[in-house]
Amino acid sequence: MSREELEKRFQEKIDAEIKIEPKDWMPERYRRNLIRQISQHAHSEVVGMLPEGNWITRAPTLRRKVALLAKVQDEAGHGLYLYSAAETLGISREEMIEQLLSGKAKYSSIFNYPTLTWADIGAIGWLVDGAAIMNQVMLTRTSYGPYARAMVRICKEESFHQRQGYEIMLTLARGTEVQRQMAQDALNRWWWPALMMFGPSDKDSVHTAESMKWKIKRKTNDELRQQFVDVTVPQAEYLGLTIPDPDLKWNEARGHYDFGEIDWEEFWRVVKGNGPCNHLRMKARREAHEKGAWVREAALAYAEKRRQRQQQKAS
Amino acid sequence: MNKDWPLWEVFIRAKNGLSHKHAGSLHAADAQMAIENARDVYCRRNEGVSIWVVESKYITASDPEDADALFEPAQDKIYRHPTFYNLPDEVKHI
Repeated sequence: MSREELEKRFQEKIDAEIKIEPKDWMPERYRRNLIRQISQHAHSEVVGMLPEGNWITRAPTLRRKVALLAKVQDEAGHGLYLYSAAETLGISREEMIEQLLSGKAKYSSIFNYPTLTWADIGAIGWLVDGAAIMNQVMLTRTSYGPYARAMVRICKEESFHQRQGYEIMLTLARGTEVQRQMAQDALNRWWWPALMMFGPSDKDSVHTAESMKWKIKRKTNDELRQQFVDVTVPQAEYLGLTIPDPDLKWNEARGHYDFGEIDWEEFWRVVKGNGPCNHLRMKARREAHEKGAWVREAALAYAEKRRQRQQQKAS
Repeated sequence: MNKDWPLWEVFIRAKNGLSHKHAGSLHAADAQMAIENARDVYCRRNEGVSIWVVESKYITASDPEDADALFEPAQDKIYRHPTFYNLPDEVKHI
């Protein structure tokens, strides 16, 4: 079959909502695009553990501590589901880790911002996980089977993340004046980076058109961003906190909130590696990988020893 | 020695009475570690009562390219389905 014929049949399957599975024929660009997106998503889960891990030992109560621990443990699991999905496309785990550690692969820029106070843990759960969920719910219907299945599992687990974050914000917002200010300060610092999580504006997004055609994505960056603003504004109002955007207002005609322009210079600066914590995050990942090498090797040596013993017993 | 841990496929029985179902995959040094990791990765919320792991390289899969030929023989055998047989409505429990 010619390549044109194969591509035509592939697009027909996509249009008919038939999922693509690992061994099915797929255009090379579809494969590459997916590997880029899924591995980037996996790296984000893994690097995302760092800003929150910063607060595990300082959580204000045991209840908050076990919740945060469970959340960070989930992120590790989510990274693994996603790495496994990417591996079905023919890239090895080691290659992906290498791409992260060398800086070749990206991860979500949101994790390059620091977590200065306990309220940041609330803001991350509420806003960052909220934004991530919006994207991930869409991805449960993505055209690549293993990616869609990983997303279903992740979405089921993530909903507690956002609720625990909002509960932290609610407690602070109803607390003393100092606590309320702490919550407001966290919202001030996380609001715009959270909106940036949806990526560049549609007119500047190089991957959107192709991703939509192949149903890797089902909504554009700007559609998801609008959806996020629309559901989050009333949640902020309920907290009695103010979203740091003077242009934010309800547009009756559109049935959506209008909001101000994102600082795209800041967005690209952080993407390109010059955010407040890029160096710190990469340093932590590299150290963890290097310092963990002996554990990986020891586990293999132990497995080998056990295999030999069993062989001896059998003979 | 190859330094990369091999890939394993994980199957989980949600509760007794149901069969094991593919849950996903993971890397582990050996079978016991694969089971321990599967517990941590795929059973954090009471998803299972039993785990099977098998190294991915031992799974033989049919080729999707051959799917048409492989499954075609079943397509025209409607007499394998109960609705193929005409029986009067008066006949009960059949």
